[in-house]
Amino acid sequence: MFGAVALYFPQMLFGLAVTLAVAAGSLLLGLIIAMVGAPASLYGPKVVQHLVDGYVGLIRGLPELLVIFLIFYGGTVALTKLFGHYVEVSGFMAGVVALSVVAGAYLVEILRGALVAVPVGQWEAARALGLRPLPAFRRVILPQMIIRALPGLGNQWLVILKDSALVSIVGLEELMRKSLIAAGATHQPLGFYLAAAALYIGVTAVSTVFISHAEARLAPQRRER
Amino acid sequence: MNTDLFLQAARAVFSGLWLTLVVTLAAYVIGQVFALPLALARTSGRRWLNAPALTFTFVMRGSPLLVQLFIIYYGLGQIEAVRSSLIWPLLRSPLGCAILAVGLNSAAYTAELVAGAILHVPKGQWEAAKALGIRAPVTLARIILPQAYRAILPALGNEMILVMKGSTLASTVTVMEMTGAARVFVARTYAPFEAFAVAGLIYLLLGAMFGFGFRRVERCVAIPGK
Repeated sequence: MFGAVALYFPQMLFGLAVTLAVAAGSLLLGLIIAMVGAPASLYGPKVVQHLVDGYVGLIRGLPELLVIFLIFYGGTVALTKLFGHYVEVSGFMAGVVALSVVAGAYLVEILRGALVAVPVGQWEAARALGLRPLPAFRRVILPQMIIRALPGLGNQWLVILKDSALVSIVGLEELMRKSLIAAGATHQPLGFYLAAAALYIGVTAVSTVFISHAEARLAPQRRER
Repeated sequence: MNTDLFLQAARAVFSGLWLTLVVTLAAYVIGQVFALPLALARTSGRRWLNAPALTFTFVMRGSPLLVQLFIIYYGLGQIEAVRSSLIWPLLRSPLGCAILAVGLNSAAYTAELVAGAILHVPKGQWEAAKALGIRAPVTLARIILPQAYRAILPALGNEMILVMKGSTLASTVTVMEMTGAARVFVARTYAPFEAFAVAGLIYLLLGAMFGFGFRRVERCVAIPGK
C-alpha cells in the first residue's frame, strides 16, 4: 500500500499545488466581490442593497456542488450561445468561478460585520483631520476592519480549501482527482484517500498556525497577557 | 426555455427528493447522537477522554467531506477485517456510506458547538446543584444540557441545512439524490438551467422549512418572559 502511494506521491503533490492555486484564486476573487458587496449592502441605494442581500441569501441556501454544476454545465451552454460556436468551460475556470461566487457571499457577510464594528467616530475624526474619503478609508477604516474580519477570513479560507475538493467532480486535476485516478489505477483506494486526507489536514493545520500568528501580530492589544 | 422541458426536469429532480430527505435526516440524527458523547469527552478534564475526541474533531473538520466519503465507501472495503465484520452490510451499500460519512462529519462540527455551549453555562449552576445535593450525572442531564442546547438551537438548525448541502455528495457514490438526478438529466438533454433551477428551488424551500421548524422549537423551549 505504501509503495503504491510513494510511487504516485509526486503526482499528488502536483495536485495539491493545483488545489492551493484554485483555493487562493477563489479567495482573492471572493474578496473582490465582498469588497464591493459589503459597502454596497450597507450604504448603496435600496435596489443595490436588496440585490446583494438576495445574492447572499440565495448562495447560502444552495449546495456548493449544485453551484459548481450550474456554472460548469450552464457556463458551457451560455457561452456557446453567446459566441455562436462551441465553447467549453474548463474545470479550472468553472471551479474558480463557482468557488468565488460561493465564497463571495459568505465574505460579504464577514466584511459587512467588520465594517459595522468600526465606530463611526473613526470616520468622522479622519474626515475632521482633513483626510479625503479614499485615504480615510484606506489608512483609518480598512486596517481596523481587517483586524475584526481576520478570524472570519481565516475560517473562510479553510472552507474554500475543503470545498475545492468538489471541483474534482467536474474533472479538474487537483489533489482529490489525482488521488481518484491513482486509486483506480492501483486498486489501492484506502492508501490514496488517507494520503489525500493527510495532505488536506496538513495544509489546514499550517494555515491555522499562520492565521493565529497573523491575528496576534495585527491586534497586539488583544493578546492574552 | 420551454415548459415541457421544465416539467420533465421537475419530474427527474423530484425522483431524487426522497433520497435527499433520507440522507439529510438520517445523517443529521447520526450527527446529533455522536456529537453528545464527543462533546462530553471534549469538556472532560481527563486526557484519555479528551485527546481521542479532539483528534476526531480535528481530522473530520480539517479534511473535505468528499475524501471522508471516499475513504468510507472505497477505502474500508479493502480491509479484510471490515469485510467480515457486522457493519459490512451498512458499509457495502452506497446509501449507508453516504449517511455515515455526512453524519460523522456533522458530528464533529456539532460536538464543538455542544462542547462550547456546555463550557459556557455559568459555573454557579454546577455549584448550586451540588449544594442542593444533586448528583453530577443528574445535574448534567437536567440542568446543564438543557441550557446548553437551548443556547445553540439556532446553530443546530443551521447545521441541518449544512447536512442537506452535504447530502449532495451522495451522488458521487451512485446515490441519485436531487443533485445527482439533475446532473443525469442534464447529461441526457443538455439543458442545464431547467434541472438545476428546479433542484435549487427545492433546496431553498427545504432550507426555509428547516429554519421555520427550528424557530418553532426555539419558541417552544424559550424561557417565558425572556
